[in-house]
Formats: sequence, C-alpha cells, structure tokens
Amino acid sequence: MLSSIVRRLLQTIGVVLVMSALVFAALYLVGDPVSMLASPEATDAERELIRRSLGLDLPLWRQYLIFLNKALVHLDFGNSFLTGEPAIRLILDRMPATLELATAAMFFALLIGVPLGIYAGLKPESFGSRSVMTGSVLGFSLPNFWVGLMLIMVFAVFLHWLPAGGRGPAEAFGPVRLSVFSWEGWRSLLLPVATIAIAKCALIIRVTRAATRECLPLDYIKFARARGLSERRVLGVHLLKNILIPIITIAGLEYGQVFAFAVVTESVFSWPGIGKLLIDSIITLDRPVVVAYLMLTVVFLSALNLLVDIVYTILDPRVQSKAGA
Amino acid sequence: MQTRAPSSSSPWLLDVQGLRTWFHTRRGVVKAVDGVSLQLKQGEILGLVGESGSGKTITGFSLMNLVDKPGRIRADRLFFDGRELQALSAKEYRALRGHEMAMIFQDPMMTLNPVLRVDTQMIETVQAHEQVSRSAARARCIEMLVKVGIPAPAERMSVYPHHLSGGMRQRIAIAIALLNSPKLIIADEPTTALDVTIQGQILYEVQKLCRETGTALIWITHDLALVSGLADRLAVMYAGRIVETAPTADIIRAAQHAYTHGLMASIPTFDTRGKSLFQIPGSTPSPLNMPEGCPFRTRCYRATPQCVEEPLFEMVAPAHGVSCWHRGVET
Repeated sequence: MLSSIVRRLLQTIGVVLVMSALVFAALYLVGDPVSMLASPEATDAERELIRRSLGLDLPLWRQYLIFLNKALVHLDFGNSFLTGEPAIRLILDRMPATLELATAAMFFALLIGVPLGIYAGLKPESFGSRSVMTGSVLGFSLPNFWVGLMLIMVFAVFLHWLPAGGRGPAEAFGPVRLSVFSWEGWRSLLLPVATIAIAKCALIIRVTRAATRECLPLDYIKFARARGLSERRVLGVHLLKNILIPIITIAGLEYGQVFAFAVVTESVFSWPGIGKLLIDSIITLDRPVVVAYLMLTVVFLSALNLLVDIVYTILDPRVQSKAGA
Repeated sequence: MQTRAPSSSSPWLLDVQGLRTWFHTRRGVVKAVDGVSLQLKQGEILGLVGESGSGKTITGFSLMNLVDKPGRIRADRLFFDGRELQALSAKEYRALRGHEMAMIFQDPMMTLNPVLRVDTQMIETVQAHEQVSRSAARARCIEMLVKVGIPAPAERMSVYPHHLSGGMRQRIAIAIALLNSPKLIIADEPTTALDVTIQGQILYEVQKLCRETGTALIWITHDLALVSGLADRLAVMYAGRIVETAPTADIIRAAQHAYTHGLMASIPTFDTRGKSLFQIPGSTPSPLNMPEGCPFRTRCYRATPQCVEEPLFEMVAPAHGVSCWHRGVET
C-alpha cells in the first residue's frame, strides 16, 4: 500500500511540474510585461533596463527555472500589480473562505444525498423515492446563480432571516481565518452553502441510487441476508462500503470543482473567496495573482486526487493488490 | 408424499406442501414455483434436480424467504422444525436464517463481500445469532475452517476474498453456513462453478460434515449423475413443479416420469461413448406461456390428448411419487 501511495505522490509531483510549465508558457506568450510596467514615454534604454532587472533577457529555460525555484521553493509569485502585496499572501488570505464554503457544501451534500440515494435505490417504485428523483433533476438543472438569487430573495429580502451576502466574523487560527465556528459566521455561510449543496446533493443522490441498485441484487448482499444479519448491518456495512467507492470518486471530483470554480456563487453572495479574487484579478490584469491562483489550484486539486486515491485503496482492497502487483 | 402427519409429532424436519412462488410482473404472472411439495427428515440429503429455469433455485430462496420483489411466496403448509414459517415475523425469520437454516450459493466468486475481510464476514455471522465475544467467535470460525479442510485457517481469516481461489472461497462459504450448526442447509449448485477435482472434494466434504453433524441437506443441481452419488432421495423438478420423487436407488432403477428418463439418458456413460448423446427435445417452456395441463407434454414422447388435463401426483411405491398420466419405467 505504501509503495502505491509513494508512486501516486511522484505522479502528483509530475502533474504539478507539467502544469507549472504550461502556466509559465501561457504567461510568456501573453503580451510583454515591460510594456505594461514601463511608462509610455520610456526610452528604449529604460525599457532594456527594466527588461534586464526583471530577468527577461535571460533564455527561456533559465527564466522557467527561476520561476520554478521562486514559486515552488519560496512560494514567491511576485507582488500584486494592484496592491503591491505578495500575490501568494492575497490568495492565502482568501483561500480559507472558499475552503470552508466548499467543504461545508460538500459535507451537507453527502450528509443528505447518500441516505436519500440509498432510500431511492432500495424502494425505486415508491412515491417517496420518485419525488426524491424528480427533485434531484430540478436540483442540478437549475442554474447556480438563479438558485442563489432566489435564496437571497426569500431568506434575505422577504424574510430578513439571513444576510444577503458577505462573510461573517472570522476567527484566526494561526494564519488561517475561519468563520465556521460562530453562529454569526454560519448565518452568512448558510445561503451560499445551500446554493452549492443543492446541485451537488442532487448529483450525489443519483450516483448513490445507481450504485445501490447495482449492488443490491448481487449475491453477497443476498448471502449476507441468508446469514441472518440484521438489515442495518446489511445496508450499513455490506452495501455502504461497496457503494462508497463510486460516491467518493464523484465527491472528490466535485469538491475540487466547487473549490476551483466557486466563482459564480462567490460573486452572487459577494463572498470574499479566491473565486472572486480571480475574477477581480483577471479584470485588472493582475498577472502575479492569476499565476499564484492557478498554481495553488493545481496543487490543491492534485492533492485532492491523491487523497481520493488513498481513500480508494482503503475502501477497496482489490485496488491495493492490483497496484502492488 | 400425500400423507400428512400432525405437526406436533411430525417426523419431518421440513414439510412443504403446495409451495407457490409467483412473480407478479407487468407482462403477467410468472409462476416460478407452482405447487412444490417436499418433505425432509432430520439429517436426510435430498437432491433437487432440474434444468435451468425449472424453479429449483427459487424454491431454495423461498424456503429462506429471500425472494426479491415482485415475488410472492405462498404455501398450503410450510413447516420447519415444528413451526409454520409463514407465521414468522420478519425478525423471527432473520433469526432463523443462518442459524437453523443456512444456504450456500452457486458462485463462490460472488458470495463473499469483496471489500470485507474473511474474518469480519465469519465473525459477524456468529455474532448475529449469539452473544459471544469476538475472540470466542473467532475461535469457532477457525475450528470450522479446519473442518472444511482449509490449511492455515488463521492466516486465511485475515485476507480479503479476492486473495483466495474459487474452491477456497466456496469452502469458506460452506464453513459460514455450518458456523451456527444449522438443522438444514440449502446448497444451490455449490460446485457448478468449480473445477472437477475441487467439485469432488467439496462434495465429499459437505456430505461428510452433514452426516457427522446430522444436518439435513437440500442439494440443488442440474447434474443428476453428481447428486445421485450423494443424496438419499431425489426430487425432479420441471417448470416449477416436482414431477417425480423417490429414494435415489428407485429413481436410478425404476424412474417413472418421461422427464426423469430424459435426464438420465442425457448423462454420458461408457455405452454412449462416441455416439451422440440423448437430448430432451425442445426447451423449458416460457413461464409466461405455460402449456395447459402437464407442462412437459410439449416435449414428451408419451404425450396424448389426456395430458391437457393436470396430472395427479400419485404414489407408485411407499416413497415414490410421480405426476404423470402415462407413468411407467422406460421401455
């Protein structure tokens, strides 16, 4: 098992390196930073000076290695053009907000989606499960921003129960500031979390239901019943452990999705996460921030995939022995 | 088979009369089992023989009350160990399954849960029926694995099923079935998916263990040759009914039903070497479109217009019953 994890870790590092090259190349191709930094009246000599001071006169591969060294070893992506702060600091300031949003949304999606999916899979003909399935179609076909706006309309505008946007007070845990540990924080979190969770929950329901229906008629479930095991054990252990494999796969992918592309929800709720930061940075052409965002997202998604793979090996012993062979 | 003893002093461990398991589907009622009667003494081995689709597996599942929807089980009488099974609650039935009545499935590759270790699956079977400590349960499991002929049982316990061969897995399934010393084991073609050499071993092992422990056994199979060396009595099933039942020797010597003749004639022997083997013409009728009267009449060489009427199940000898208008030994 350890060897397969080490191998996956090496693969992950490879992916990060490839992505860094792509990000660097894309950046190199997009315009000349000198023309953006130098004043329009600058002479050619002055431009050359800037070019040299930025290291742009060096061969491409040297530039890439310098970028790599700074980015990966010192986590230095340069300073934001807009605020002058280190780009990485901006990202890390905003990341906890997105992380708690994505984590809470996936948590509720799984908490509600898995039991409902199992129920729908167990009794596919019942009225309850038909309602669940119809609801789930609605859940993932409604556009995200619309759901968000409707929630704001109902709970913030008409009922005045919850704030329409922004983030509640965040407490500092070392460098990380989180708002999930206070009631006020949750009040702000609730609507954006619901917006994302509704769509993801619908997906989890469908995956769980399909896995349940596939798993139920199999011999080992019947054999578990033939051994006189309680229904709770048959469903809670024998069924659940098998259907968790596809559910974890989907949940992992979706979690990454939510994290990297929470832009829409964050914009609707003016949630100060990295999605919103990215949009703002793209609009203001704040390249260091965009680069830092891309690199961090790549690292995060790769780490997430690695984690899913590890969970996978724990859940399904057959994967382990295949990888070890 | 027609004599019905009062339940209290019944000599039968299992007494089934008129078992009907019907599936109510949109396309009609599928009568997978339609009036099966079986009686089994303690420690007796019954071979339930029939082609695929004859309803023998569903019969086994019906006794275990493990028929999936939309199947419905009904019987005139379903007595097991002095109790009417149809009167049991779901909870009581669960307590019975795996404890007093156990089952072994056909495909050993599929019966064990792939994501749980062997010991988990064995110990939970013990603990589902008895308040015993994990270590006591484990000791009993290891003991049982030794009995079914598994070398190094303690090590086998801690692996996942995919590390084991089919024969090994089937032995474990058998050990699991035997764990709680059941009174009856229903074995649904447990050797069909195995190599011939392993088949013989498993067969021998199961027979020995049943004889030792006094466990009754229903061995469901399509292989008449295999089961005749094992069973005390045979019941031949066709299209959801039992068409003939008798002590094994009587079936071999003097089978009465044309279908039984057909089954026996299709066993390869030294005499049939090099010649083409006998085949029963046609195939089992669709359960949605059963012929009227005797279901075998469309394939039967003895069929006459009389066969449109339902044949009666009659005793031709004390323990030999046949359901055929034109019964008689093969000529």
